[in-house]
Amino acid sequence: MFSLERWQEIFETISKNKLRTFLTGFSVGSGIFILVILLGVSVGFQNGIENQFQGDAENIINIYPGETSIEYQGFNEGRRIQLKNDDFDLITKGISNEIEFSSSMYQIFAGLITYKNESGSYRVEGVMPDYQFLEKADIIEGRFINANDLKVSEKYVVIGNRVKKDLFKNGSPIGKQIKISGLNFKVIGVYTDPGGDREEGRVYVPLSTAQIVFGAGTDIRSMGFTLPKEDNYDLALKESSAFAAKIEQLLKKKLQIAPLDESAINISNNIENTKEIYLLISAMRVFFWGVGIATLLAGIIGVSNIMLIIVKERTKEIGIRKALGAEPLSIVAMILHESIFVTAISGLLGLIFGLILLEVVGPYIELDFIRNPSVNFNIAVSTLVLLIAAGAIAGFFPAWRGAKIKPIDALRDE
Amino acid sequence: MYSNTTMMIEIKDLHKSYKMGKNSLHVLKGINFNVKEGELVAIMGSSGSGKSTLLNILGMLDEADEGSYTLDGVPIKNLNEKLAAQYRNKFLGFIFQSFNLINYKSALDNVALPLYYQGMKRAERMERSMAYLEKVGLAKWASHKPNELSGGQKQRVAIARALASDPKVLLADELTGALDSTTSYEIMDLIQQINDEGRTILVVTHEEDIAHMTKRIVNLKDGVIIDDKFVNQVRAIQNV
Ligand SMILES: Nc1ncnc2c1ncn2[C@@H]1O[C@H](COP(=O)(O)OP(=O)(O)OP(=O)(O)O)[C@@H](O)[C@H]1O
Ligand SMILES: [Mg+2]
Repeated sequence: MFSLERWQEIFETISKNKLRTFLTGFSVGSGIFILVILLGVSVGFQNGIENQFQGDAENIINIYPGETSIEYQGFNEGRRIQLKNDDFDLITKGISNEIEFSSSMYQIFAGLITYKNESGSYRVEGVMPDYQFLEKADIIEGRFINANDLKVSEKYVVIGNRVKKDLFKNGSPIGKQIKISGLNFKVIGVYTDPGGDREEGRVYVPLSTAQIVFGAGTDIRSMGFTLPKEDNYDLALKESSAFAAKIEQLLKKKLQIAPLDESAINISNNIENTKEIYLLISAMRVFFWGVGIATLLAGIIGVSNIMLIIVKERTKEIGIRKALGAEPLSIVAMILHESIFVTAISGLLGLIFGLILLEVVGPYIELDFIRNPSVNFNIAVSTLVLLIAAGAIAGFFPAWRGAKIKPIDALRDE
Repeated sequence: MYSNTTMMIEIKDLHKSYKMGKNSLHVLKGINFNVKEGELVAIMGSSGSGKSTLLNILGMLDEADEGSYTLDGVPIKNLNEKLAAQYRNKFLGFIFQSFNLINYKSALDNVALPLYYQGMKRAERMERSMAYLEKVGLAKWASHKPNELSGGQKQRVAIARALASDPKVLLADELTGALDSTTSYEIMDLIQQINDEGRTILVVTHEEDIAHMTKRIVNLKDGVIIDDKFVNQVRAIQNV
């Protein structure tokens, strides 16, 4: 149907009627542009909301031990459970492919920290590199703890912004030595936390270092995990509940805890508290798609109208073509082809401009509720598919009208 | 009388009315007429006598209500739009009073349009169109748009276009109606040359001098043929 000859014919028509082509294209091009920007902003909103609503990753699963309540395998009830490094390893090695981020932790709730004449009491947490993402700690200076720090038990510390303000006032703390419980630690980073002041009044050290310094051996206090994000709340809840159940089962078996014991292992699944956020985000997404599609639809109707006017303007030409032997189908094909071609090209331009704008300006946008608006590949592809459909829809009615024009009537009107 | 040559057009008892609301205007009231291959016929009559209506039916741009029409042995009946388009393309060439060229296409591209709808490849199309432009003396104007051409030149382009698909019959409605008399005679000279080569041509006109440059004059009045006679052809070249 799309022969080379017709491409030449269409191209000739388009290039010799530039203004008309521009007007047609502009409608769809700007429609797509707005759609892309809207979708980008919607992603930005989502980022912003996620950032605003809580201090921790919304799908975090925390595990901390308690006391047994059931006598089991020769152990009395009331036994304190102590988690160790190998319990954490058991989980990360056993079901690693389901995990996005994971960290175990050992903390001291009130550690005395001093720098020169300033001092204060802060929570000291021994953590792993992933902990940054579990806590949503944003590094504003230096860096977070890395795998190597952990391996060689560096005496490094990452301090919260509040700790920095307390101890260092306005100076940069990076590279300075501070004392934690009398031992020297080098400050390697400063973080802020959307959880606010309370969560910025902590310092992080490598887990292995904390275990040595506080004489904890291989003990850990708790561990946290996140799973890869799901778009849909119900699915996210299902996956994360299943994951929690699996951890519980693994740990109970290893630590010889009765399967029905409810107090020995505590699992807090944060996702259960975040239903509203998921709902808000999906409502937001529906809203933006809705507005976007409506914009695009307006564009399609615009093009359709312009094409109708074009067909009317070309009535005589169509009459001439028919008198010379154009079949009705070839008139339909001509108009549809032109419409699809023009919408596709102009829409593509709109898409590209939209993407460029988001790419260039997006990262600079850090408002409270909009962060880093961007559009992913899938959305770009869906928009492209929409485009072709738009061209076909926009061309259909005019084409149909064009095909119905009788040559004799067309030639008569002067 | 017509035994030796092929009958190109045969129409019998042709009727046509236009319906306008409740009224109906009976325009053609039983036309009978035949045209042999190679004839050059003028259709005359006062304004509103139905000349254009008849020509449109012959051109398959419109359909008769009653009667039969046979073109080169092919009965033209119950055509759907697609078939009518194909027949027009294969059998007929049109020349109009108002030229009906496509204004954004060059003279050459205009001539090539019927060939495009025949599915001819571009290179061949262009070569052939060029040959016809040369025939009407406009080779040098091939790349010009219609608005850069004089009326006579436009009509020459239209004639080249009508000829391009090598049709059996040329149908011309007031082809000199928009031209001054000198230019009209030049165009008629071209028409005569084309007829000399054996092409069948029908021209609708209300100008006596133009009609006498054909070989036969058919007179329409109130929807019927009142007179149909062969005439001594006046060569247009003598008047130029
Ligand atoms: N589409 C139409 N609808 C209604 N009436 C029509 C239509 N076309 C033509 N007529 C009428 O039919 C009659 C014949 O028209 P036609 O165009 O055939 O005349 P004509 O002989 O070509 O006249 P002219 O010399 O003015 O061109 C006229 O009265 C005209 O008004
Ligand atoms: Mg007329």
